[in-house]
Amino acid sequence: MAQKGIREYDAKRMLAGAIGEASGNQFAFDDRLALVTPDTNLTTLEKEHPWLLKEKLVVKPDQLFGKRGKNRLLLLDADLKAAKAWIAERMGKEVTIEGASGKTTGVLTHFLVEPFAPHDAEYYLAFTSSREVDTIHFSPKGGVDIESVWDTVVSIQIPVLADPAKVEVLSRLPNIPEKEVVAALVQALYRIYVDHHFAYLEFNPIAFSQGKLIPLDTVAKLDDTASFQCAAQWGPIEFPRPFGRPMTKEETYVESLDAKTGASLKLTLLNPDGRVWLLVAGGGASVIYADTVVDLGFADELANYGEYSGDPSTELTYEYTKTLLNLMTRKPDPKGRPKYLLIGGGIANFTDVAKTFTGIIQALAESKDKLQKNHVKIYVRRGGPNYKEGLENMRRLGERIGVPLEVYGPETHMTRIVSLALEEARR
Amino acid sequence: MKGDYELFTAETKAFIYGEQLRAAQRMLDFDYLCRRAEPSVAALITPERGGFEKLFWGTKEIRIPRITSLAEAAARFPAADVLVNFASQRSAYDVTVEALAIPTLRTIAVIAEGIPERQSRRMAALAKAKGKWIIGPATVGGVKAGCFKIGNAAGTMENIREAKLYRPGSVGFVSVSGGLSNEAYNIVARATDGLNEGIAIGGDAYPGSTLLDHLLRFEKNPAIKLLVSLGEVGGTKEYEIAEAVKAGKITKPLVMWASGTCAKVLPGQVQFGHAGAKANTAAETADAKNAALREAGVIVPGSFDDYGLKIKETYERLVKEGVIVPAADVTPPNIPLDYAQARAEGLVRKPTNFISTICDERGDVHNYCGVPIDKVIAEKYGIGGVIGLLWFKKDIPPYARGFIDIVLQIIADHGPAVSGAHNTIVAARAGKDLISSLVSGILTIGPRFGGAVNGAAEHFLYGLRNGLTPRQFVDEMKKRNVRIQGIGHRLHSLENPDARVELMKAFAQKHFRGTPLLDYALAVERVTTQKKGNLILNVDGCIGVLLVDLLTELRFTDDEIDEMIRAGLFNAFFVLGRSIGLIGHYFDQVRLEQDLYRHPLDDILYDVPKSPENPG
Repeated sequence: MAQKGIREYDAKRMLAGAIGEASGNQFAFDDRLALVTPDTNLTTLEKEHPWLLKEKLVVKPDQLFGKRGKNRLLLLDADLKAAKAWIAERMGKEVTIEGASGKTTGVLTHFLVEPFAPHDAEYYLAFTSSREVDTIHFSPKGGVDIESVWDTVVSIQIPVLADPAKVEVLSRLPNIPEKEVVAALVQALYRIYVDHHFAYLEFNPIAFSQGKLIPLDTVAKLDDTASFQCAAQWGPIEFPRPFGRPMTKEETYVESLDAKTGASLKLTLLNPDGRVWLLVAGGGASVIYADTVVDLGFADELANYGEYSGDPSTELTYEYTKTLLNLMTRKPDPKGRPKYLLIGGGIANFTDVAKTFTGIIQALAESKDKLQKNHVKIYVRRGGPNYKEGLENMRRLGERIGVPLEVYGPETHMTRIVSLALEEARR
Repeated sequence: MKGDYELFTAETKAFIYGEQLRAAQRMLDFDYLCRRAEPSVAALITPERGGFEKLFWGTKEIRIPRITSLAEAAARFPAADVLVNFASQRSAYDVTVEALAIPTLRTIAVIAEGIPERQSRRMAALAKAKGKWIIGPATVGGVKAGCFKIGNAAGTMENIREAKLYRPGSVGFVSVSGGLSNEAYNIVARATDGLNEGIAIGGDAYPGSTLLDHLLRFEKNPAIKLLVSLGEVGGTKEYEIAEAVKAGKITKPLVMWASGTCAKVLPGQVQFGHAGAKANTAAETADAKNAALREAGVIVPGSFDDYGLKIKETYERLVKEGVIVPAADVTPPNIPLDYAQARAEGLVRKPTNFISTICDERGDVHNYCGVPIDKVIAEKYGIGGVIGLLWFKKDIPPYARGFIDIVLQIIADHGPAVSGAHNTIVAARAGKDLISSLVSGILTIGPRFGGAVNGAAEHFLYGLRNGLTPRQFVDEMKKRNVRIQGIGHRLHSLENPDARVELMKAFAQKHFRGTPLLDYALAVERVTTQKKGNLILNVDGCIGVLLVDLLTELRFTDDEIDEMIRAGLFNAFFVLGRSIGLIGHYFDQVRLEQDLYRHPLDDILYDVPKSPENPG
């Protein structure tokens, strides 16, 4: 439900399909692109893409991270044999990428193969959006870290209400050869940027060669909420997870539960050895609970981030809780210290609190032995329709299964159970 | 006259766009709780239909118009200046753009989630150009205490009462999250004299109005003395608030917290529930925002845990300084609980008007007498098994299902000449529809047409239950001048038996534990056929006695069997089975395009007197 990064492969595929119409057939982009995934049969790749045999090739990972040259993950001017060997050597391997926001480690799974295009000049071109305007950024110095040459960047702002068909950029571009051609292409790309609901589009560089412009490194984000309007323009599109740690089995399972329902179930495992576990209702409240654990100095002990909201069924809350409890009780704390389960939430609007607790209570009751063995202490805080009954059911459950459990309602500050638990943990 | 900082007053009138009766009722309940003079909902905009809707105003019902277009609604109710836009993600933009063009509408709350960002940005720009307000998208809305409530904002009446939203206090609150607004109203209610106005701008990256827009509005409102806000990670609008405080545009004390400080310990770029809640740069992190706000002089707690405390401290300081004179408490009127809610809470009960003991369509799969329909199909209950469940409330064994199937097949049709089929054919030829033609045939079923099954069962049961020997039974019926039903056939005789009868007899004798009534009827047949070879147990008689034997087989008591006979059980089989044939005759006539039937005159004896009898 927001801006989502897409593969360079998809971005180039979409642009190649749209540039003709957007420019009145003045421009065409090469649509010879191959995406190699773990399911691709490398030995027969050229059957599907015969051009691979004829062209010199560029190969690079296509997993939403940049600076591939710097990270030595870029193969240029190679023949097919070399390209295949290069991919085979790296497919499924874990690598650590150095990017603008630090180091990230993940597994290589997707590679983009395209024809190698020799060229004369490299420009920088990007389209960004903010509240009131779209901005076109252009620099004659592409192919470098753009921040280092930011003084060469021309920024052209276009009010969001402007008609994209009437945007004119020629007079604003710096002096470059065949400026008119470049201006016409920028205008056509801007039209695609608007029509296709891009939220971000960057070419660094876009190459200039014999009067033609060729997008080289392309980074793009789409606004995925526009999918209901853009299905045809986008074609079959996938929104990959950001490069990084692959999901655990449990996270994948919760994601599959989430996909089954209109309600929301989220789980991110932070530290399986952490002693503070969150089972919080509501997107806003769940963030604040995690915040408070961190702000009170227990970031190292925070085991997970997660939320359930949108009135999930008893079955789903049961499955979700069960998954969380299994993770939490996998092994007792090595020092024998208690673990804390915070069943939190704000004051619900209309959700029946007692009803949503049913699945949680069921899962807790079934995990009785594990909870005892792991010295789990439970804190509950919730308000909203029928909360008294919900809290009373929770309290009785604690007695029944012999697990220490405290309940609080709206008279107690929402995150008070965080400080209560952490105060005890500190002792 | 309201100031331009005031979006809602106790006179505000609004339209609700969309099929949102519960939201409308919640708004009216809030109005009533606030003792508003008039309801805040002027009309429902429902493009599918006009007319009106009945909603409650306290205990009595009032009519709220349904209007099919926004333009018409605005023309009829020019005083309404708020639109609560519940249109879907797909159409919310168009509705909002249309509303922005209507001069009388000033504030539009856009509830839908997932509106494309470019559309949201265009809505915001259009609203700004026209000096109008958009709250949302992706928001529950907001509430002006004691005056007006947008849609479902502030939750249940209990929440509203708890947070004292029925009368204005001194606090202006604005947050990103709508889900947390109830929590915030609760915090404000516990820490201060209450909320004056609360707005949730929505969690999208480009809300139509921002935290700062509303804080500046609250700043101008003399009734608001204390500002409280809740921001979050992502975007940079909090810096504008810090700038506004520094520049003296916000002078009232502001307690604020930006949530999402945990983002730094989360892997990669975790997207929280809100589309806008994602830090793309260091400046967009919650830590940086909280630091900047604190630096500008905003009251920022150390963590959310102290949020309520900071609000309380600030409020008490303002009271001490005389800036705030705590708002007096008032007692709001009672609002009756909705019946459904009261029942859910176990507060009321009422006797039901209907009872069903044969099936239940609630739940995931409908069931017939407790057997889910998927099981009925998977286990091949067939029509016989379904009749067992719905007529007898019994899970009858396969042979009983099979017997019912045989009966229905035999009954299904008896040719075009019999009364029922004839009537259906005549009706079909008169151009009547399927149901009229079918019914005209079915209505013929009764004591004479199809009645023999019923009569046979009654007669033989009488003989058997009264211990009459077959001979005594025949003699008694003769003495009473009653023809024994189910005995006698035009063509068939002992020597030339009816194949249908033989088939049923063989089936029952093979599968039933016993066939006492059939045995009795056959004994009677031995007596009658002594007199005449064709006085055999005919097909109606056989069905009648065997159905009674079947009921005995299914462990119905004599009383229950009598009750079912009186209720028309045999006619039920006849109506059900024969409908198959009657429908066939109807289709046949339609396909053959048969014209209106008129009986030939030479087939009627006209014996009309020359003149009527004169009674004198």
